[in-house]
Amino acid sequence: MTGTANIRELLTRNLRTSGIYIAFVAIIALFAILTDGTLLSPGNVTNLILQYSYILILAIGMVMVIIAGHIDLSVGSVVALTGAVSAVLVIREGMPWWVGVLAALGTGVLIGAWQGFWVAFVGIPAFITTLAGMLLFRGLTLLVLSNISLSPFPSSYQKIAGGFQNGILGGPGYDVFTLVVFAVAVVGFAFSAWRTRRSRIAYEQPVEAFPLFILKLVAVALVVMWFAWQLANARGLPNVLIILAVLVIAYTLVTTRTVFGRHVYAIGGNLAAAMLSGVKVRWVNFGVMLNMGVLASVAGIVYSSRSNGAQPAAGNMFELDAIAACFIGGAAVTGGVGRVTGAIVGGLIMAVMSNGMQLMGVDQSVQAVVKGLVLLLAVAFDVYNKRRAGAR
Amino acid sequence: MPKHILEMRKITKVFPGVKALSDVELSVIDGEIHGICGENGAGKSTLMKVLSGVYPYGTYEGDIVFDGEVQKFHSIPDSEHQGIVIIHQELALIPYLSVAENIFLGNERRGSNGMIDWNETNHQAMKLLEQVGLHENPTTPVMQLGVGKQQLIEIAKALSKDVRLLILDEPTSALNDDDSEHLLQLLRTLKEEQGITSIMISHKLNEIAEVCDRTTIIRDGHTIETIDIDESPGIQDRIIRGMVGRDLTNRYPKREHVVGDEVLRVENWTVHHPTQPGRIVVDDASFTVRKGEVVGIAGVMGAGRTELAMSLFGRSYGRDISGHMYMHGEEIHARDVSEAIKHGLAYATEDRKRYGLNLIDDVRRNISAAALFKLAKRGWVNGNKEIKVAEEYRGSMNIKTPSVLQTVGNLSGGNQQKVVLSKWIYSDAEVLILDEPTRGIDVGAKYEIYTIINRLVAAGKSVIIISSELPELLGTCDRIYTLAFGVVTGEVPVAEATQEKLMTLMTQEKATKDKEVRA
Repeated sequence: MTGTANIRELLTRNLRTSGIYIAFVAIIALFAILTDGTLLSPGNVTNLILQYSYILILAIGMVMVIIAGHIDLSVGSVVALTGAVSAVLVIREGMPWWVGVLAALGTGVLIGAWQGFWVAFVGIPAFITTLAGMLLFRGLTLLVLSNISLSPFPSSYQKIAGGFQNGILGGPGYDVFTLVVFAVAVVGFAFSAWRTRRSRIAYEQPVEAFPLFILKLVAVALVVMWFAWQLANARGLPNVLIILAVLVIAYTLVTTRTVFGRHVYAIGGNLAAAMLSGVKVRWVNFGVMLNMGVLASVAGIVYSSRSNGAQPAAGNMFELDAIAACFIGGAAVTGGVGRVTGAIVGGLIMAVMSNGMQLMGVDQSVQAVVKGLVLLLAVAFDVYNKRRAGAR
Repeated sequence: MPKHILEMRKITKVFPGVKALSDVELSVIDGEIHGICGENGAGKSTLMKVLSGVYPYGTYEGDIVFDGEVQKFHSIPDSEHQGIVIIHQELALIPYLSVAENIFLGNERRGSNGMIDWNETNHQAMKLLEQVGLHENPTTPVMQLGVGKQQLIEIAKALSKDVRLLILDEPTSALNDDDSEHLLQLLRTLKEEQGITSIMISHKLNEIAEVCDRTTIIRDGHTIETIDIDESPGIQDRIIRGMVGRDLTNRYPKREHVVGDEVLRVENWTVHHPTQPGRIVVDDASFTVRKGEVVGIAGVMGAGRTELAMSLFGRSYGRDISGHMYMHGEEIHARDVSEAIKHGLAYATEDRKRYGLNLIDDVRRNISAAALFKLAKRGWVNGNKEIKVAEEYRGSMNIKTPSVLQTVGNLSGGNQQKVVLSKWIYSDAEVLILDEPTRGIDVGAKYEIYTIINRLVAAGKSVIIISSELPELLGTCDRIYTLAFGVVTGEVPVAEATQEKLMTLMTQEKATKDKEVRA
């Protein structure tokens, strides 16, 4: 089984997964042209990350929920409630920032456990459980906030999502520290890709041809370093990007390399078969919902920090953006299929589109229409692909 | 020269990378029952899909001549319009709709005002049901009827479309002997009284021999031959030779019987129906299995065989389960499937597509599904080792797939079953319960499955085979238990067992049992 895969094989083998990257690049190119390059300007790239980070965080949890064959409609309300809890403690009670963070996370755990209990142990479909949760947690948000907005947070709390790591190593007009961090990341990525390749060869599995492998690494390095350069020329490394990077790496590993992650796929692929293979279906479902609660609270912290306060209507419709990100990113409506990286790219596609249209001054109403159509087309493409694969 | 109702000439169908059919010839005489035999993956179903318009005209080469005219079917309605109706292996009835609604689905009987005329619908349904010998109220929801009756409803549905050529894909694979016999008799009646021609795809060669006038054998996408079925005793062997291209002098591989100490003992096992309180599905069952032994459980469908097996396997079926289970003399409690697996039990389901496999995932991950813990350290799976394991099983179990990364849903039935067996062998089970291990798989693959079973017991494992095919049990087992209406009615060493004896025990009803509670 040793052998090397060529470029065409690499592209056609997974049109379904690679298609989305091609679409991503195309959309970036499109909006870069339409906005005369403003889209890719240092300030805007930074802004884009800050503005959509909480949707991306939600999408990470949501993709696991969707892979397991569920859905979570409550995340927007959970973002609001966790942010509100934090705001009440930090702003109204004057407690330190980390108390707010811990309380928000704790609230997220409780909410996740609550929803997990109903979904996994009582057997209420997640659609219903979280629809109820959407109302429930929105109501609790109003209650906690006594129906009024709270602001502002002290600067220590604002820094969670609004802060930057820069100036640590100085720099002539651009931030050297940011570049160094990204350079280290690129080297780390190259090293781990090299190790994966080595062990695949050791286990006699096919790997791509060596020049192609190098080409791929160089391409990744160029894109990443360009991105770093843009950030370094703006305000440096956003804290929220660090949070996001850690989550993406951690959850990519959880979904692809751990027993838990594999059980999530098994349940979504064939529930009965998973059960008869000894998968503890209830606990896995509980875990997935619990995890969603926690990630929603992280998103709540980031959102409250960025918006510098808690509002009763915070997080409205976030669930729809997160769900859309997953489906654009190739997750299957029936469960069993999906990837964290896909969801992130799906979220970024939504982000670039919204941001691009905003820069162009497109009306809100038109923006909504375009986003709706893109979601529909993305899933249609997925369905079409599947039908073609299943035609045999 | 008899009149041919159907001739398929030089049919060639190519899928990307695979030539599924090449120059296949099939000619069916008006008013005959024509069998089609072939291993799974030989191209039988593909041929029928070409015929019925699933693969539209233009996607294949060759001609379909029906009633003396070249036909160009673009869709299923096109072929149905000509009176060609196909009944698929997986029944296509809607469980919540009534018998009559199902029969006229897509073909509704409307009154003058455009609304459905229910009186007319039910009246006509009644007449059709009579034709197929089914005495049910047409307003009964289909889900309340058994598989055998559902199959008859499919035929009634075909009759409602003025069928001239009826195609049945494995019509009896899910039926018990009585229902099968009834169905075959019905085909004969339709032929004699209404002149309906039938094409029957079947793996059950005795049925082909019994009911068909002629049969065409397909192997690897080629027509091998069409033979007239006569009374000669060697006819089944001749079909098998054609199907596999070699002589299968013995359908069951020989095995040394080396039986050791008792491994599993089950005592007084009683299981209640999960949703119908008071209904006992398995009643006070006791049995033992020894090391290196193949034990058969014989029973007709609905006797509680699967229910017994699944309730033992981590209580995955039933409620209010009582009784004791011992492994190596020590009592064990398998409260869920993962505990059952840890105690060395495995259960390969009779319905591998629904309960055995994750069809959208690949061969590798299906093989490791029940024993991921063997590949994992502190929750992290070693993906490279997993592929290595899968490759080993691909070799040792002879799973025919280009790669272990192939999606399981794309494999043939026999190869899917090998994946299921690989999964359970890899879980290091001591006692493997195989529920209908050769259902819906072809003769050649069956032989391979039997060989695998022999290899397992030779390695000191124990195997329980649940089967409704008595020759299979007689050919593979050391001992056979019979199960009737949830009760173990007998235990017969294979040397003393005959089909007649087993059948008697399988249909024996214990005097105390209430007949009403069993549908």
